[in-house]
Amino acid sequence: MTSSYLEANARERIMQVLDAGSFEEFLPPSKRVVSPHLGQLDAPVSFDDGVVVGRGSLNSAKVFAAAQEGGFMGGAVGEVHGAKLVGLLKRAVQEQAEGVILLLETGGVRLHEANAGLIAVSEVMRAVLDTRAAGIPVIVLVGGSNGCFGGMGIVARCANAIIMSEEGRLAMSGPEVIETANGVEEFDSRDRALVWRTTGGKHRYLLGDCHGIVADDTAAFREAATRTLQGFKNNPTALSLQALEAEQAMLEQRIARFGDAADPLEIWQRLGIDKPQDIAMLEAAAFTALAEPHRVKGQP
Amino acid sequence: MSWQTLADDLFPQGHSITEKADFLSGTAQVDGEVVTIVGTTGHTPIGIEIALSQAQAILQTVRDHPGRGIVILVDTQGQRLRHRDEMLGINSYMAHLGKCIALARQQGHKIIGLVYDQALSGGFITSGLMADACYALPNATIRVMGLPAMARITKVPEERLVELAKSNPVFAPGPENYHRMGGVAEIWSGDLAAQLVQALATADDTDRRAAVGLQRGGRNWSQRVVDAIVSGNDVRPL
Amino acid sequence: METLNYRFENGTRKLSAKAELVGVVSSGNLEVLIEAVDLQGGCSVEIKTAARGFGAIWEAVIGDFHKRWQLADTRISINDMGATPAVVSLRLDQAVESVVEAK
Repeated sequence: MTSSYLEANARERIMQVLDAGSFEEFLPPSKRVVSPHLGQLDAPVSFDDGVVVGRGSLNSAKVFAAAQEGGFMGGAVGEVHGAKLVGLLKRAVQEQAEGVILLLETGGVRLHEANAGLIAVSEVMRAVLDTRAAGIPVIVLVGGSNGCFGGMGIVARCANAIIMSEEGRLAMSGPEVIETANGVEEFDSRDRALVWRTTGGKHRYLLGDCHGIVADDTAAFREAATRTLQGFKNNPTALSLQALEAEQAMLEQRIARFGDAADPLEIWQRLGIDKPQDIAMLEAAAFTALAEPHRVKGQP
Repeated sequence: MSWQTLADDLFPQGHSITEKADFLSGTAQVDGEVVTIVGTTGHTPIGIEIALSQAQAILQTVRDHPGRGIVILVDTQGQRLRHRDEMLGINSYMAHLGKCIALARQQGHKIIGLVYDQALSGGFITSGLMADACYALPNATIRVMGLPAMARITKVPEERLVELAKSNPVFAPGPENYHRMGGVAEIWSGDLAAQLVQALATADDTDRRAAVGLQRGGRNWSQRVVDAIVSGNDVRPL
Repeated sequence: METLNYRFENGTRKLSAKAELVGVVSSGNLEVLIEAVDLQGGCSVEIKTAARGFGAIWEAVIGDFHKRWQLADTRISINDMGATPAVVSLRLDQAVESVVEAK
């Protein structure tokens, strides 16, 4: 019996990914720590400002976790929301957690809080890297309907690993923004197939930007997060010159190999995939098996 | 302000900065020491190539010049808005640049960012905003988005945003607002060279922006919420 | 935004858990925070809604809710973004079901 990750709300996701009954929420809704800015814009607040943060266990490993609520303001980051994430990452270091799991679903900076949101996302970025520097792996899960966009799409790639479902999307600017700026010929935001080919989990997996593809199922995310976390035991999590030079080379290679591709299908073809047009139809396990000999293996 | 004029003001002891396709790189003399200069000009959009060029300059410094200071000069209209950049994963290129700066900090380099013209949102979130501290010139344009576009997307009337911008630094563009919120450490006028020396001398590896935002009254919640979560207590009163 | 407040006395049913939250503040939806609080037996409901001018409808919905559940020592706080009366009633019932003692 599967339980859709996409359909679940933030609190449900975090409860189902972590060990049953293990989750203790920090600054829960009853504390009513709401946005100080939305009222002025006559916009409703949420008692947790759209993000659930706390501590629990993942297959008995002590982890700190956050889940963004995509239903509230598109999961976008405002002052309080961002500070909850930063506080969580700092507390994880203080308590020497075995891992931090971030269930991200967000459009990025919350425009209603503009400058505060932008600085907040920047602070989250630094906090993620500080947590990694302290020896704690940071793992991102992306599988909500809003995807992981904007400055948080950058934060995701500052983490040690990303697990996505094929429903998930990971990018920086949304297709609508690109279409508004540069026209429908540049990016037709209503061409769903194109949007998923360009920003969806399977494409990111093939490029090496995400490290696992799972079915839209909270148990599958849980299993992948557990396995990924275990993979970091006794392995370095901090940034290193060697790893970043390898990433520099990988990113240069990516431009050299695919910089002139007009569509992701061309990229998949160049990767050696026989029938790129069939990729969209494959479910997670079959896709992963097919992708294995062809995908770019990105190092965390 | 042209980058050449800026460079002459910032580096009276001399510099060898070059510009290629709006990408600035080179070295400069600051207080008798060589520093790495990296940045952008021409209000250029930040796409995958220019993000990578900046990252490479940072990595070269970390590899070949331990301890050397780094100054990031920011002038950008924001991230490049093209299908190609998204297809190739611009978020990864941006993250890579941010990680290289964080690595430099980890390895003991001091890194200062300076917005000397424009800085929009995604264009400087992984450059200037990843430095130890980010500074700005008084006429710099710093913002997330123009108010008209913001009004369209949030469905809040533009007049309302303009009105609110007068009293609340959260919405209004401009270095003063970022300064008040702790995002910009100081706004520089007068002797830029001396202020840069000071900035490099006082730079450290702790992110103090939330604390500064609270001190200055522009961001009253960030630090208090962080403290509440770290301590396990309620958010303390102002 | 509009804020509405209601209070009921003479309820009989108390909550078993301290606090629960149901729902999400998305378009056409609402979140309901239900808490066990000493209100000398009373039940208070505070609604912050983005849809102005529906006081009479809220009054009817909340009145029906109290008739249905007769809660005591309960505080209900709502952030609403234009949910229909049907959705409001559903969330209120879900909130109560998540905490109320077996009768």
